[in-house]
Amino acid sequence: MAMITADPKDVPQVASFSFTPEYMEKVKAEIAQYPPGRQASAVIGVLDLAQRQHGWLPRVAMDEVAKLLDMAPIRVYEIATFYTMFQLKPKGKYLLQVCTTTPCWLRGSDGVMKACREAADDVTFTVQEVECLGGCVNAPVVQINDDFYEDLDEASTRKLLDAFRRGETPKPGPQIDRQASAPVGGPTTLKGE
Amino acid sequence: MLADKDRIFTNLYGFHDWRLAGARARGIWDNTKAILDRGADAIIDEMKKSGLRGRGGAGFPTGLKWSFMPKEVKDRPHYLVVNADESEPGTCKDRDILRHDPHTLIEGCLIAAFSMKAHAAYIYVRGEFYNEAQHLKAAVKEAYEAGLIGKNACGSGWDFDLYVHRGAGAYICGEETALLESLEGKKGMPRLKPPFPAGAGLYGCPTTVNNVESIAVAPTILRRGASWFSSFGRPNNAGTKLFCISGHVNKPCNVEEAMSIPLRELIEKHAGGVRGGWDNLLAVIPGGASVPVLPKEICDTVLMDFDALREQRSGLGTAAVIVMDKSTDIVKAIARLSYFYKHESCGQCTPCREGTGWMWRVMERMVTGDARIEEIDALEDVTKQVEGHTICALGDAAAWPIQGLIRHFRPEMERRIRTRTQKLAAE
Repeated sequence: MAMITADPKDVPQVASFSFTPEYMEKVKAEIAQYPPGRQASAVIGVLDLAQRQHGWLPRVAMDEVAKLLDMAPIRVYEIATFYTMFQLKPKGKYLLQVCTTTPCWLRGSDGVMKACREAADDVTFTVQEVECLGGCVNAPVVQINDDFYEDLDEASTRKLLDAFRRGETPKPGPQIDRQASAPVGGPTTLKGE
Repeated sequence: MLADKDRIFTNLYGFHDWRLAGARARGIWDNTKAILDRGADAIIDEMKKSGLRGRGGAGFPTGLKWSFMPKEVKDRPHYLVVNADESEPGTCKDRDILRHDPHTLIEGCLIAAFSMKAHAAYIYVRGEFYNEAQHLKAAVKEAYEAGLIGKNACGSGWDFDLYVHRGAGAYICGEETALLESLEGKKGMPRLKPPFPAGAGLYGCPTTVNNVESIAVAPTILRRGASWFSSFGRPNNAGTKLFCISGHVNKPCNVEEAMSIPLRELIEKHAGGVRGGWDNLLAVIPGGASVPVLPKEICDTVLMDFDALREQRSGLGTAAVIVMDKSTDIVKAIARLSYFYKHESCGQCTPCREGTGWMWRVMERMVTGDARIEEIDALEDVTKQVEGHTICALGDAAAWPIQGLIRHFRPEMERRIRTRTQKLAAE
């Protein structure tokens, strides 16, 4: 099962959590997407906002989300542990989610994973093995925070991580010369206007 | 080969502007009111005639699905829900629609919702597609501002609201009832059917769940006519289709082609051929991770459509073609998929929760040959105990790749076991 748990000893004590006014606006917009009385539908979105504000999800943040959405706290814990994108303990500045499912593995995700594991220090980089990211024709793919970095190999991954270490934000997408999901060398279709 | 003029997704690769101005220049939102003015019954009828089968994997006729919704709105509102939780390994087509052609999808949502008497629709985008969801949200905002959706959408007199809902990482939410549970703020655990969503779906209201591609092709089908769409592909397999070609090809890519294109032609024409040439091909998974693998001799001639692949005991699925050349450890490739299903099982049904883990552990031993020959039969037997004995199709999806492996690559599995046994005996 895709259940995620965090060992309590890895989770630092956090005394309290509340949304900043700026985030609170986003929370309200999220809740407004659903019919009255159906505010629980916003739980994934609001947990995501809490995680964006705090960097990860301490229990007090889940409790705050439960209060805002009028849900039992256990229902919110269930959501936070069921979905893999919720981080239940602190992570490095950059979260490296390395896809190793078959299409990425066929094109060398082992080397990409090696480069990421070697860089992982939980300060700058935290690495996680993830299941299919949905960028299979640009395999191997690593998601770094919100962005997909594609068409990687071991060497280009190292180069990429070095750039992050220097404080740069490399351009997401294919790391070789190609446009999105078009074949290398240019498309075979849609060439005319 | 399909001509460019017959391609629906004209900005598949994002060479052009994905925003409203660019979309309009490509013919999207062109007199949508006239389509709506035909009325719901005429729209559904045209969709049925087009022969479009759902593009999310199951291949259920889209027009027929739309017709299952109650004809009149009674005490409960109707909903359209679009499944953009694209996570089937090998599949990355909806991603291109979301980021490069979002207005095609939005226009499709309006038309589909109108014809099913829904005033609201939710698009459930997988959480990892953060940037894609941002494009979609921006496009929704543009459509509202231009009066294309919202009150009196396109001047049709129909009010229509569209919302983008992001997930947070769970393959199972691609199953339609799990998706609805997730949309209601619960764990993504599939529901027992019946009741079907058309009777009781989102918030217990009549709901239709469609794949992104199924909805996004609707406006073009209605503009150009059912007979245009059904002129591509063999009977019962109509239309154009987005194919994702990944793995050991020279140029992996997405491409829109006619249904029923020969697999070999698809790979050689668009993906630069198999690495090392066609004779270096070992096997292909033709429709995303869930469908059984096919060995080269079938790939030589098989057509890419629902019926042809089913005749070969595989399936079109999402039309995600995963190519493996002769260097591939085929047992390991399938074992990795077994791990995927173990990871993604929601844990609700015992055969799947326990079976996916059991099958994966045995598959890992099959990779090294640390098994007995009889265990291949035991493994196959367990796949049959899982298949068809769970609420949703994830159990089936976990079983089929292993069944395909045993069907076509049993000698390789036996060879590994014998080699290892002999090695141990010699020591």
